[in-house]
Amino acid sequence: MWPELRAGLSGWLGPRRTIWLIGTFLVQLYSVPARANAPLNYLVGAGPRNVSTLTWGVLIISIIVVVVITGLLFFATLKSWNRPASPIWKDRELVPRATNPVAVVYAGLILSTAVLLGVTIWTMMTLADVAAPPSKPTVSIEVTGHEWWWEIRYLNSDPSQIFTTANEIHIPVGEPVAVHLQSADVIHSFWVPALSGKTDLIPGQINKTWILADRAGTFRGQCAEYCGLQHAHMGLKVIATSKADFEAWRKNQLQSESEKSIGSAGQNVFMQKCAVCHTVRGTRAGGRVGPDLTHLMTRTTIAAGTLPNRPGYLSGWIADPQHVKPGSKMPRLQIDGQQLAEVRTYLEALN
Amino acid sequence: MTEIEYDRVPKVAEASGRPELSARLRSFWESKPGLYGWLATVDHKTLGIRYIVTAFVFLGLGGIEALIMRIQLAQPNEHVLTPEEYNQLFTMHGITMILWYALPILTGFSVYLQPLLLGCRDMALPRLNAFTYWVFLFSGIFLYTSFLIGAAPDAGWFNYVPLASIEQDPGPNIDFYAMANIFLGISTTLGGVNFIVTILRFRAPGMSINRLPIMSWGTLTISVASVLSIPAVSLAFFLLWMDRHFGTHFFDPATGGQPLLWQHLFWLWGHPWVYIIVLPALSMVSQALPVCCRRPLVGYSLVALATVLTMVLGFGVWLHHMFATGLPTMALAFFSAVSLVIAIPSAVSLFAWLATIWTGRPDFTTAFYFFAGFIIVFVIGGVSGFMTASVPVDWQLTDTYFVVAHIHYVLIGWNLFAVLGALYHWFPKMSGRMLDETLGKISFWFVFIGFNVGFFPMHISGLLGMPRRIYTYSPEMGWSTLNLITSIGSFVLAIGLLITLVNVVRSLRVGRIAGPNPWDADTLEWSTSSPPPPYNFAVIPTVASRSPLWEARLGEPQRSQPERGFVLDHGKETLGTTMLDAVPDVIVKMPEDSLVPLLLSLALAALFTTMMLEAWWWLAASAIAILVITVAWLWPRQSLGEIEGSTP
Repeated sequence: MWPELRAGLSGWLGPRRTIWLIGTFLVQLYSVPARANAPLNYLVGAGPRNVSTLTWGVLIISIIVVVVITGLLFFATLKSWNRPASPIWKDRELVPRATNPVAVVYAGLILSTAVLLGVTIWTMMTLADVAAPPSKPTVSIEVTGHEWWWEIRYLNSDPSQIFTTANEIHIPVGEPVAVHLQSADVIHSFWVPALSGKTDLIPGQINKTWILADRAGTFRGQCAEYCGLQHAHMGLKVIATSKADFEAWRKNQLQSESEKSIGSAGQNVFMQKCAVCHTVRGTRAGGRVGPDLTHLMTRTTIAAGTLPNRPGYLSGWIADPQHVKPGSKMPRLQIDGQQLAEVRTYLEALN
Repeated sequence: MTEIEYDRVPKVAEASGRPELSARLRSFWESKPGLYGWLATVDHKTLGIRYIVTAFVFLGLGGIEALIMRIQLAQPNEHVLTPEEYNQLFTMHGITMILWYALPILTGFSVYLQPLLLGCRDMALPRLNAFTYWVFLFSGIFLYTSFLIGAAPDAGWFNYVPLASIEQDPGPNIDFYAMANIFLGISTTLGGVNFIVTILRFRAPGMSINRLPIMSWGTLTISVASVLSIPAVSLAFFLLWMDRHFGTHFFDPATGGQPLLWQHLFWLWGHPWVYIIVLPALSMVSQALPVCCRRPLVGYSLVALATVLTMVLGFGVWLHHMFATGLPTMALAFFSAVSLVIAIPSAVSLFAWLATIWTGRPDFTTAFYFFAGFIIVFVIGGVSGFMTASVPVDWQLTDTYFVVAHIHYVLIGWNLFAVLGALYHWFPKMSGRMLDETLGKISFWFVFIGFNVGFFPMHISGLLGMPRRIYTYSPEMGWSTLNLITSIGSFVLAIGLLITLVNVVRSLRVGRIAGPNPWDADTLEWSTSSPPPPYNFAVIPTVASRSPLWEARLGEPQRSQPERGFVLDHGKETLGTTMLDAVPDVIVKMPEDSLVPLLLSLALAALFTTMMLEAWWWLAASAIAILVITVAWLWPRQSLGEIEGSTP
């Protein structure tokens, strides 16, 4: 059966058809990630193009190598498949030492060296390109990793322009943003796949990176360095908007809550139960353990990207954070139904 | 005993037809029956099999841990495990597979096969060989007692500080790992020393270094690397233990310590270790594949050089685990280049295997199936490593499932496939019986398909951004189907391995009798009976080529003499030869069976346990016990010729 099959296969599989098949396969492959509905997918990004080009380049080289070597192995094996072999090993002929195609090994050596050196040079060029942002960053932010959320501080030479938020970063489209990374406890890693690769947040040092979104949109990020119990639930978001929208957002964030004159039962509960750990600027609440909750309602998610920021989820989270994120530093509070409703009403007013 | 004993020129004789010689040698070399012989034996064949069995037990434990995790990850938002349970399981899975399975299984094959490949009667230091086995076993038991008290290590096998610091992880979890790692390091380092001496000084006469079996090149290379790299990790864990219990600040940034110091020390060992746990496996393929292909290996010298070169370069790539830690671009560029260049020697081996198959006449045995499957997964694991070597690409790939796929293609692909092929190849030598070929091929297809179905989709979930070490994920991330496929594949793989286990158990009783050389192979281990007698060779063979059993049939004059050579029968003796040319040099007196290695490893186990418990007086007692037993071990003995005197 094998010789016919082989003859049939090699007759059908001419060089042109082989190239066509591999080409179609690669095109199909390219479209998979574009179609895939995966927010952390980075093969279709909005960041530096040269990195995704390099990624596709080495991916395609890899696939070609696997296909070619598997093909060589397949034909090398097939060659002997039907050869009748004596059941007694001693009677099987040996290949004399004179047949020693070391040249094949040298050819493989030269070929792989050439490819690897080429990729090394390509890597170095890309690395040099992305080591620094294309122009001077207009916005600088400081990201501090906590178990298990992100503290975001917008830096400015004018102290009155500095403000703190959590888990969601707003940036203007088309402008490089400098990101200073530090950690309050263990090592985390800052990663917004569509915009840039990973940079670790390491206690005792400040790492610097930059991001640039070439189109408007919401880009998901995630802690990428194992950081303990809730490493799985340490997400973040980057929201890229027009310069005007960004400025409007920034102006709003700069306002303190007191200016909006909130006073309520909910505020009292908040001061008793929550203020030790959380800050609401302009009020007595000044805790630094958990996220700054000023303008909480301008964020789309809570608990570091774990739940949508909607009233029902907010109540659920406050009532039993340990159910949603077991091990979270936010304790299960002694709080009754009425207090829960009141504090939620208070939080809903923080916009 | 007089000096003349060592300087005597032994008589040369034929091995065959001398039952009285066999009986005499057996009286010197055979372990006593019963419990004493079982505990005291220093026979490398017994110890090699123990290593293999124990390592497979750890493979089973690590495998069970993996399957439980795959149930948790099969669907989004599962609640089979709590986060803490998941973290302990993935940590223990990594530690078990990388440290207590991957090298020990290869050590087992080497301990069993090296003396036979080299044509000598035991490892150079037989008592040390027993000691390293016991230490390996006890350190593994020590590690697994952490499960019994529900406090297994949980900071990952890479154990980064500050997550592993006393403030973040106050339980005994990390201490178990720290102590067990240092404990195991003793076994690995001393085992390396033993292999170096054995391979350099115990080769058969005529087996000059350029005739060394290719498998011995792998073992020799990684033994040197073990001795050089393990101090870094032992030191790292010792410093961590000091930080945790005595308030030193090596890794604490608040007081001037450096979390990155841990990463440097860890990967300074950790990356060479990756090559340490694959190179012997590759060299087993280079040894056994040509036998299946009925020809000598193509490009022996290039493959041997590639093995050594990989290891040398392997010491210069550790920073590629740290591309995202904010190091200067210049350092990243250098390490990125070396990480790409290190693929060149692997390509050399690859093309040597392909040329061997292409110009050979392969026989489609189960071993060949595993080796052929190995080549495919070798290439996939290789190219994914090549992708991660490129810094800007790695900034995306690192710490995603792409890397999980990569390490499993390397550890299962490069290590386990080679090991399974080697098992089917050498099992007849070890047991005297053949493994069943039909069951073997069924096992191969389950393993090959299960492995690829299980692990290939991880590349894609990694490209779709799934981070490593997360205990669950939400359905909107788009990873659900891929994870379900992965979980199914992992169970198919497990079934394939169980079939081989059944095959082994069954064949031990009813397998076809193998005879000395069932595959008609070319190296010395096949010139003696299966299983070999306790003394391996009745006379020390003489070697004149790389394929001593094939010379005549390769169209060359038969100059090697596997059946004729020195008769060493004045007690437990073997021959020492010179390092490069293997010229007979010295008659080596070998030690008897002894309980001392077992006692010393028990005392060491006591030492590490008391360190764990911070029971200082008991610790002092253990230290004194270790000292006393070591002195007893080293006490000069007449039978080893360490004191002058008359012949006993």
